[in-house]
Amino acid sequence: MRITVAKWNSADRPVYIASAFVVLILAVGTIYTLVAQGTATLLSPSYLMQQLQIGSFLGVVAAGMMIVILIGHIDLSVPWTLTTAAMLATAVGGPWAILLGLSLGAVVGLVNGVGVAYLRLPSMIFTLAVNAVLQGSMVAMTGGTSPQSQATELMRFLGAGTLMGIPVALLVWTLVSVCVSTVLTRTPFGRSLYIVGNSEAAAYLSGIPNKRVIVVSFILCGLLTALAGLMLAGYSAKAYQGMGDLYALPAIAAVVIGGANILGGSGKYRGTVAGVLVVVFLNSVLSIMQMSEAIRQIVYGFVILTMLLVYRRKA
Amino acid sequence: MAIENRVPHLCLQGVTKRYGGITALNNVDLAVHKGRIHALLGENGAGKSTLIKVVSGVVPRDSGRITLNDREIAFSTPRAANEAGVVCVFQELSLMPHLSVAENISIARPPRRYGLIDTKAQIRLAESLLARIGCADIDPRSRVGELSLSRRQMVEIAKALGKEPELLILDEATSALTHRDVELFFEVLHGLRAQNLSILYVSHRMHEIEILADRLSVFRNGSHVASFDRGEHDEAEIVEMMIGREITTQYPTKPAPKTVPPFLEVSGLSWGNGALRDLSFTAGKGEIVGLGGLDGQGQTQLLLALFGVLKGVTGSVRIGAQAAGINSPQEAKNARDRIAMIPEDRKTEGLMLAMSVADNLISTSLDRVCRGPFISEEKARDTVNEAIRRLRIKIGDPSDPAWTLSGGNQQKVVIAKWLMIEPEIILLNDPTRGIDVGTKQEIYQLLRALADAGATVVMYSSDYDELIGCCDRVEVMYDGRIVATLSGESLTEQALVSHALNLGNGVARSKEMEST
Amino acid sequence: MTTHRFKLGLAIRQRVGTITAGAIFALLYLAYHVHHPNGFTAQVVGQNANESVALVLAAMAQTVPVLIGGIDLSVGAVMTMTNCLASHVLSGNAQEVSLGLAACILVSTAFGVMNGVIVVYGRIQPIIATLATSAIALGLALLLRPFPGGEISETLSLLLTGSLLDSLVESGLVSQGVTDNLSVLGNLPTPMLLVFAAGALWIPFQRTVTGRSIVAVGSSETAAFMSGLPVPRAKIAAFAVSGMLAGCAGVFLAMQTLSGNADLPQAGTYTLASIAAVVIGGAVLTGGVGGMLGSVFGALILRVIAFNFRIFEIEPLIQPLVEGTILLAAISVSATRLLRVKNRLDLYR
Repeated sequence: MRITVAKWNSADRPVYIASAFVVLILAVGTIYTLVAQGTATLLSPSYLMQQLQIGSFLGVVAAGMMIVILIGHIDLSVPWTLTTAAMLATAVGGPWAILLGLSLGAVVGLVNGVGVAYLRLPSMIFTLAVNAVLQGSMVAMTGGTSPQSQATELMRFLGAGTLMGIPVALLVWTLVSVCVSTVLTRTPFGRSLYIVGNSEAAAYLSGIPNKRVIVVSFILCGLLTALAGLMLAGYSAKAYQGMGDLYALPAIAAVVIGGANILGGSGKYRGTVAGVLVVVFLNSVLSIMQMSEAIRQIVYGFVILTMLLVYRRKA
Repeated sequence: MAIENRVPHLCLQGVTKRYGGITALNNVDLAVHKGRIHALLGENGAGKSTLIKVVSGVVPRDSGRITLNDREIAFSTPRAANEAGVVCVFQELSLMPHLSVAENISIARPPRRYGLIDTKAQIRLAESLLARIGCADIDPRSRVGELSLSRRQMVEIAKALGKEPELLILDEATSALTHRDVELFFEVLHGLRAQNLSILYVSHRMHEIEILADRLSVFRNGSHVASFDRGEHDEAEIVEMMIGREITTQYPTKPAPKTVPPFLEVSGLSWGNGALRDLSFTAGKGEIVGLGGLDGQGQTQLLLALFGVLKGVTGSVRIGAQAAGINSPQEAKNARDRIAMIPEDRKTEGLMLAMSVADNLISTSLDRVCRGPFISEEKARDTVNEAIRRLRIKIGDPSDPAWTLSGGNQQKVVIAKWLMIEPEIILLNDPTRGIDVGTKQEIYQLLRALADAGATVVMYSSDYDELIGCCDRVEVMYDGRIVATLSGESLTEQALVSHALNLGNGVARSKEMEST
Repeated sequence: MTTHRFKLGLAIRQRVGTITAGAIFALLYLAYHVHHPNGFTAQVVGQNANESVALVLAAMAQTVPVLIGGIDLSVGAVMTMTNCLASHVLSGNAQEVSLGLAACILVSTAFGVMNGVIVVYGRIQPIIATLATSAIALGLALLLRPFPGGEISETLSLLLTGSLLDSLVESGLVSQGVTDNLSVLGNLPTPMLLVFAAGALWIPFQRTVTGRSIVAVGSSETAAFMSGLPVPRAKIAAFAVSGMLAGCAGVFLAMQTLSGNADLPQAGTYTLASIAAVVIGGAVLTGGVGGMLGSVFGALILRVIAFNFRIFEIEPLIQPLVEGTILLAAISVSATRLLRVKNRLDLYR
């Protein structure tokens, strides 16, 4: 006899809560604009598109960060991986720019992965040191100022172009999302990520190539971070110092708001997408309300804490 | 001395404790007197550990009465028990490796001066306690993590004495001790007895009990069998009391003994400063070879060595007449002759508890459920359903997380996930520990069926009955060595127990002589 | 009965992380002085001290959460918040300044307590909880000081950033005439004395049950619980101490700059540098191992590398690269412990 137990879907709960929160943010923002300006700016397709375009850069970074968080690690080299990829690409220019930028991302990921998987150094500190080395190399290369070189046409297309009225950046994010989501749910590698993140001992004893899984995860994170850097450079038409500073922690926040466990092993990709939308729309509504940076930071902190407490309470 | 007339220090009346459906303690009566060393004897799972946990406040009892000095007690925490003078020495569970010996010894109630911990007094206290147990050579300033296992255990004992117990409970306190430390420890116990402490002593080592105990109580299957003074019964009689339970488990019939060519050949295997010493044995296709002996004699390490987990293993392992050369579980799984291992701790090593049953089941065979680069939902579902059907795993839905299953079903999931790779060699580390009888029988039948289908099975079990019922041959281990190989007629419970206690052939031979 | 005398070998072995960090620092600092055009002068030492103390205090703040096996990502943020608060309250007469100082430390400690409560009762991982609260602290900092500015008592600043001699004269405790007799002692930089003072508070704290419990929890939470130690209290206390020391760092930053500045990138830099300093000082991120002195050396190493760049006239543009590479190499050295692991399963437990 089969005993029917309610299907366990606690993993989806954060996705629903985060999505509901996005709706709430948009609703509050719209009420505000209706009262203050008499328009529903927030809901106009062009505004939404523009916000999603800006959000795409964070979305791509968060996709990579999520992979690393799933295996129970973290990548703090994101800020300068992003910047370095953008700077190298704009410096070299031409048809090789994108390939060079992506290769840089992959190499950084490889270094991070080897440090974490083979040397077994804590990812938090190792990736931090790699970040410092990257920052150092870029200061040495550019002299600490923003390089004069311009983003290539292709980079501009990726970051700022539109295709049939839709920002290309958003299309890239969508493509990345489809790929990452497929990898996570449909491939042996994707399953291995969750297994390693749940219990590295059990993964090892199950014959999962856990070291390789860790290295590949960091490479993917590096690649996606570099891609975001190329897109962002295209959007701004050039690379600049500190362009990656606003991506590492918001990406981690987005992943966690999306319900992934910071210690690894659980989380759904659509949660991360919802988390990115929370962060992006929270920012845009606060800026429409002309909130100061101060209030934004505070609201931001409270939102992360509240959502985590809510997830804890009923999970 | 007519002790039975005195009021016992500790008295248990009708104490019962159940874990889920398993009765760990069944209506137990016991009296412990002051100035006596009282030994508890019994097989693994006879209820000794549960009794200690109930008395020392780690777990509550379900029913019955416990009195201390004629007053009823029910401790809710180990700390409450300590304050009443009941102190239990656990196996290095309560030591913090990064703190110094002195800090560990007085961690709960450090000596203070001006409100601050008085480090000098703390060191003096540690010195005097260590001197009392003959371990003056341990520097109280050294960190516990730097000490050997044996010395750590002595620190644990010093820590217990520092709590000034009236009733001292020792659970396998000597299992990690070196020979020299055991002797020191015995002197201490004799000294404590002279100071009129009551001591409850649990050990698997018969020799020790003969030297130490004034009174012995034998437990079997959660029940108290008998209590008697030392010398009333000889070793063979005591062993008989320990094992003399009715056989409740049914085992699949073993095939008639036959000689099979060895498939797995281990010779001269050693590892890690004597953890494994010069082990040699073979196992053929269709055979179930058991590893016996007390817990922690190297059985786990032997299985890990075969599975490629240990570094620096010397000696040779040959599979199918070829050198195995396996350096990781991944290599073991993908070798020409695939090896599976059911690990010791299913919760941390066998399962991803938070993941679904289905995900757990396919975790060893992700590449086998693929179509092209992608996992085929259909193949995965079919394999999962097949596994659930084959092992009769009782679950609501394959998408339920593994932690929602009962222990027996969890273990079935671990076994099932390994059967997915169709292994030639199956290593099992105490697969039925903490599992209900019904599931146990299913596992026995499964193992026999796998062997009949040509697999080579090597199984460690802490349950002697199971070794006898299941295995074609048993290698008994003691202190990292194989001390006996038992099969056919010689595979008896007496022989297993006496070799496990490393009594040599003494008891076994005397039994044989009796029967002839 | 053997009495255990103080054994040098044991003492050294137990402090190998701290001693290594100290030795590296000594070597680097020696190299700096040998090559310094002005040599070893009080003025140079004083200047170095002033440039180091904020990071040293931040590293000390990070040490305590790391000891319990957590991490505090809000160190830099709390520092910045306190810095901004200081720029409002640290001016006026002596009494007002004292009250202001107390307020700064109280607020930062309270923030630390809040972190601890969220971690213990909210059951949120320290890393993510403090990531969120750091945003709140930075928001408060921006509210307090939307633009850099404010006023700091110059007297207090001189007191805290000069040499001991200046401080004594400034505070009127000693008249100018006596100072010649105090030349050696008097030349000690006051900021370093502040660090000693903070350390002097830590030593007795370690000898309270709560202080002891902090290390115990980091060493083995199960064993600490089994031994009946107050685990929640220890965790909250760890974050409280962290907040307090981060507050001290913030106040010192105000002394140095004579203003408040809600500099967000700088806050991030301080947090990350504090983690690096703690690890270089011999602490282990899983808890139980580490100490204040080691972290102080760790922070000083990070700073003295920068000092050396000036002396050795290393191209300023490659300085950050050299710094980063040294950091990466330093932490990779600890991977040698892997060679001792014989049971690969131990790597994953």
